[in-house]
Amino acid sequence: MDAIFLQILNGLDKGGAYALIALGLTLAFGTLGIVNFAHGALFMLGAFCAVSIQALLTHSKKVKDESITFFDAYKEQPYLEIWWGDLGTTIIDYAVPISILAAIPIMLLIGLSMERGLIRFFYKRTHAEQILVTFGLAIVIQELIKANFGSNPIPTPAPDVVSGSANIGSALGLSDSIVYPWWRLIYLAFSVIILAAVFAFLQFTTFGMVVRAGMHDRDMVNLLGIDVEKKFTIVFGLAAVVAGLAGVMYAPILPPDYHIGMDFLVLSFVVVVVGGMGSLGGAVAAGFLLGILQSFASMNEVKSLFPGIDQIIIYLVAVVILLVRPRGLMGRKGVMEE
Amino acid sequence: MKETNISRRSVLKGTAALGLAGTAPMFFVRNASAAGYLNDPGSASSVTLGFNVPQTGAYADEGADELRAYELAVSHLNGEGDGGMMNTMKPLSLKGNGILGKKVEYVTGDTQTKSDAARASAKRMIEKDGAVMITGGSSSGVAIAVQGLCQEAGVIFMAGLTHSNDTTGKDKRRNGFRHFFNGYMSGAALGPVLEKAYGTERNAYHLTADYTWGWTQEASIKASTENIGWNTSNTVKTPVGAGDFSQYITPVLNSGADTLILNHYGKDMINSLTQAVQFGLRDKNVNGKDFVIIVPLYSRLMAQGAGEAVKGIFGSTNWHWSLADEGSKAFVKSFGEAYGFPPSQAAHTCYVQALLYADACERAGTFMPCEVVNALEGHKFDGMGNGPTEYRAEDHQCFKDVLVVKGKDNPSSQFDVLEVVEVTPRAQVEYAPDNEFFAGGDLGPCNNGAA
Repeated sequence: MDAIFLQILNGLDKGGAYALIALGLTLAFGTLGIVNFAHGALFMLGAFCAVSIQALLTHSKKVKDESITFFDAYKEQPYLEIWWGDLGTTIIDYAVPISILAAIPIMLLIGLSMERGLIRFFYKRTHAEQILVTFGLAIVIQELIKANFGSNPIPTPAPDVVSGSANIGSALGLSDSIVYPWWRLIYLAFSVIILAAVFAFLQFTTFGMVVRAGMHDRDMVNLLGIDVEKKFTIVFGLAAVVAGLAGVMYAPILPPDYHIGMDFLVLSFVVVVVGGMGSLGGAVAAGFLLGILQSFASMNEVKSLFPGIDQIIIYLVAVVILLVRPRGLMGRKGVMEE
Repeated sequence: MKETNISRRSVLKGTAALGLAGTAPMFFVRNASAAGYLNDPGSASSVTLGFNVPQTGAYADEGADELRAYELAVSHLNGEGDGGMMNTMKPLSLKGNGILGKKVEYVTGDTQTKSDAARASAKRMIEKDGAVMITGGSSSGVAIAVQGLCQEAGVIFMAGLTHSNDTTGKDKRRNGFRHFFNGYMSGAALGPVLEKAYGTERNAYHLTADYTWGWTQEASIKASTENIGWNTSNTVKTPVGAGDFSQYITPVLNSGADTLILNHYGKDMINSLTQAVQFGLRDKNVNGKDFVIIVPLYSRLMAQGAGEAVKGIFGSTNWHWSLADEGSKAFVKSFGEAYGFPPSQAAHTCYVQALLYADACERAGTFMPCEVVNALEGHKFDGMGNGPTEYRAEDHQCFKDVLVVKGKDNPSSQFDVLEVVEVTPRAQVEYAPDNEFFAGGDLGPCNNGAA
């Protein structure tokens, strides 16, 4: 029972990341009709916002390391610590939360630039061409990050206060062995809040109403005198912000490297396909569903029955869904069914 | 119609010969028949070595350090710098004027920690750059693949960081040599230390990288810990480069195990250890015992990456920069002055391999692979950081002391993360060539790459 509870938490945690990326992909597809293979790069750029802010806050002076006597060794002492002592240390410790604030305008700017600078020229092109150009863009972004930050993952820890684990079992009156890292719980809560905020934005604001109407019938909204293209551009920026924030928050869980976006992109596309192309609810539901399935497939009891199932479960589900219900779990009839 | 003397048999023979010539890789024929062995530098003033290291992927940190060590070795071989271990190596035939009077040059390749990419880059260095020896690697899968290629091509392969039993076990090759220790030796060194630290009643759970190194290390450590009375509760394979190990760590929490053995290395090790600590494993108490984590193969680079998580955790290592012998001190000084930090064990083994190869060429008086093989087989040396060492002729494995280390509780510097708790003598980690963990292989004949 404890194992099942923990795997559900694991699945929700992973599913949160999948859902956030898949939501952005679906927004871009549902509004602009773009199959954006550069979306994973936006997740990666978000993670590197955290890396950059951490590097900025830990900008250091080189001080001779007296403990090394064999040769002249130097250690780095951050200027913030030199200037402000413990306050400087605390600010450095909170690099990731600070990065969240910084990432919002940065990712919005990147998203808008990407859409205006490249993506908009491919609205009327085939999906194959869109995939090629956005995949190419993703590779360019990856290589730029690699050139600047190197190819190795960069540790980006969460604040000390949430670096341990929470004893959920005790709190819920269950077994003591149910513990879960604080930051992963925060990530899960963060995912839910962001997803709820995006849905609320689309559901309860006039802007959101226009966007939803545009997704349903773009021509009609245009005929009503609303510049729906401009709204969709902002939606693309919003999708970039969501992917970027997902990346920032994931940095303490998995030290970011230039390839982290691509690793998530493939899975997130499967999530979108399973959920239904263009269906926001489907993307979120499929994200969590596949996250949980992946976790359960990793249980030893399951793997002993089906060796290697943990590696293929997501793709297996995708194959079954595509065979049985090509539009996906919650996809609209006719979308990507031709 | 004009008659010819071409018979059906001669047409068949000619076709067969053409087919053979067409399908033979270039490295089997280029330079070979004329000079007697592949990539003979002849009268050229320089000789080219190929450094094939992971510059990207899960083991990129080790790869970067290996490359630094090779560059340092080249400068020392060419008589530049302070000479490093050339001042302490015994016996020594090197003169500081390159190898056999030829200046040492080098080319590099990125293995990407993938066997196919590693073979492609090694092939390129052999065929296009004329490398007479290939060395490097931070993955046993890669080392075994490249060792096989070098055997087929007819050049020497001096393995870098490869810890799988198979490298000098079932996959050993006459043209390949390993200085680094192996999984069996880790188990033999760790067993008594673990018994002393944690007793004889433990329930161990293994998480293992799913490739040759992980499998053989798991088998070796499992045998070693079961030998001291421990029970193995489960062994779970994890994909290399998994990144997020949470789905493999959570089952450990309520498995009844009180010991987690992480058969991971490089970034995988950093991620799995960090995440195991985040999941509160080290704070657990199971069956009245404190939960412990063991990392059978450690490196200082890895320990630095994992930070606080390594404190108090046992493991083994081939070499450590804090060793006080003259060879280690000379190498650490050279490396530290060149790069500003101490070398890793990966850097050490690669530096030593480059010098050992060069020295063997000097002793053989040629770069011809089979002569170099003869010079290395059974070669005994000292002053290279591990005490008296021997390249055993039967399997091309170096036999020397092994270090058992522990994550330091109070490090004095950013590099001072591991402490050596025991130098396990060679006799304790030595095994017979036909040991069950190394069975099934055959060195086979030496290959000069001649036609």
